[in-house]
Amino acid sequence: MSETELKRTPMNAVHRSLQGRMVDFGGWDMPVQYPAGVIEEHMRCRTRAGLFDVSHMGEIWVDGPGAIDFVNRLTTNDVTRLIDGQAHYSALTNEHGGVVDDLLVYRFAEEKLLLVVNAGTTQKDWAWITSHHRIDDNCALTNASGEFCQIAVQGPDALGIVQQLTETDLSAIPYYHFTEGWVDDVESIISRTGYTGEDGFEVYASPDCAEQLWNKFLETGSYGSAEGILPCGLAARNTLRLESAMSLYGHELDDDITPLEANLGWITKLDKGEFTGRDALAALKEKGLSRKLAGFEMTEPGIARDGYDVYVGDAKVGTVTSGSPAPYLKKNIGLAFLPVDFAKIGQEIRIDVRGKHLAAKVVPTPFYKRQN
Amino acid sequence: MSNIPENLRYSKDHEWVGVDGDIATVGITDYAQHSLGDVVYIDMPRVGDKLSAHEAFGSVESVKAVSEIFMPISGEITEVNDGLNDTPEAVNNDPYDAGWMIKVKMDNPGEADAMLAAVEYEEYLEASA
Repeated sequence: MSETELKRTPMNAVHRSLQGRMVDFGGWDMPVQYPAGVIEEHMRCRTRAGLFDVSHMGEIWVDGPGAIDFVNRLTTNDVTRLIDGQAHYSALTNEHGGVVDDLLVYRFAEEKLLLVVNAGTTQKDWAWITSHHRIDDNCALTNASGEFCQIAVQGPDALGIVQQLTETDLSAIPYYHFTEGWVDDVESIISRTGYTGEDGFEVYASPDCAEQLWNKFLETGSYGSAEGILPCGLAARNTLRLESAMSLYGHELDDDITPLEANLGWITKLDKGEFTGRDALAALKEKGLSRKLAGFEMTEPGIARDGYDVYVGDAKVGTVTSGSPAPYLKKNIGLAFLPVDFAKIGQEIRIDVRGKHLAAKVVPTPFYKRQN
Repeated sequence: MSNIPENLRYSKDHEWVGVDGDIATVGITDYAQHSLGDVVYIDMPRVGDKLSAHEAFGSVESVKAVSEIFMPISGEITEVNDGLNDTPEAVNNDPYDAGWMIKVKMDNPGEADAMLAAVEYEEYLEASA
């Protein structure tokens, strides 16, 4: 795909002026890293603050008296348990229990929900959701993906930075809750969520205000000083989420992987009533899983990468879904689907690293958990 | 712009060679290290290994990706830079000095002469940009 066809977020020019190295990410022209480099970006987010442009994510409004029932019928988590100002992680599932996409569901009001979906799957999700939408569902769907910029401020300093720009008391927003407010005089949705394993906020606002907010976060976070905020690219976003063992759609989740196999039983509420894929998931749970997502770390020098085969003895038992050096942990880690008998803490496995079978062992996930 | 020292020879795979008699010092170029990003691990050959030109002698791993590194010339490995085990970032910070990877006793020093000169490598980078 040529560069002119790539979609751009409203921060595109800013990324370029910050010398971000731009790549094609699912049809979007996005920064994979800035001059500081992935390790420094990763470390700064863990120890201070990182700034991420996540405007490529998709947003879908569900409005009307039937909103909760409709979303509850298409997703695995229990939407009836949300209160106004609360969000939860969930999955859209197909009839086989496979994951169409993972997403956040925000409850603004009883008749107003916002679905935030992955960038590369927005069109697929929209087609899926609208094809399951009936007139008697009593709710309207709006693909509002072009109407938002989304900026994530993540890390131990995130709260202090965003707080300087708003009168909303951010410490009063619990994790996975949100509020509508003003950030630097820009009307925003302020959500205490993220994809890094750190405390932080995701701020949604009009794309017209994207540059203003981005630059204000950099300025308020003392960008340029040794301990200031750093803009972080997709590479750091990936290593941060992997250390926290959060799934990435297309890797740990896809149409043929169920949430139960991907350790997402906690968002799969089989008792909440009927939803797409429920029967298949209940049957799978009854029968027992044959494979399960496991975290591993290399115990020999070498780095597992996505797609490498996993062996126990001479038998190939699985494939690495995500593998990378972990900059904060200073280990080489990965995730792989393994037969349940091998997906046990301490299990010794071998990763086929370009022909060499290097030793690794199954370890608890998340690999990294913040202390506070 | 990439740093391309005048006194070295270059391959189209982005390795550099510094020649001293029949010994060649080999590393990857500034352009290569920049493309790879933060280098975290280098898989090296053993001293005594005999390898032909264009054969992989190891790999460089950055956070994001792995790249094989190729022999720009044929010969026997006489030394490897063990210091890179502890400081792989030297490949990023100082690719032409502290970031050197191997020393090779060349089978045929003429092979190094046939490699790209600095100005030719620069043109090659511009043409492939």
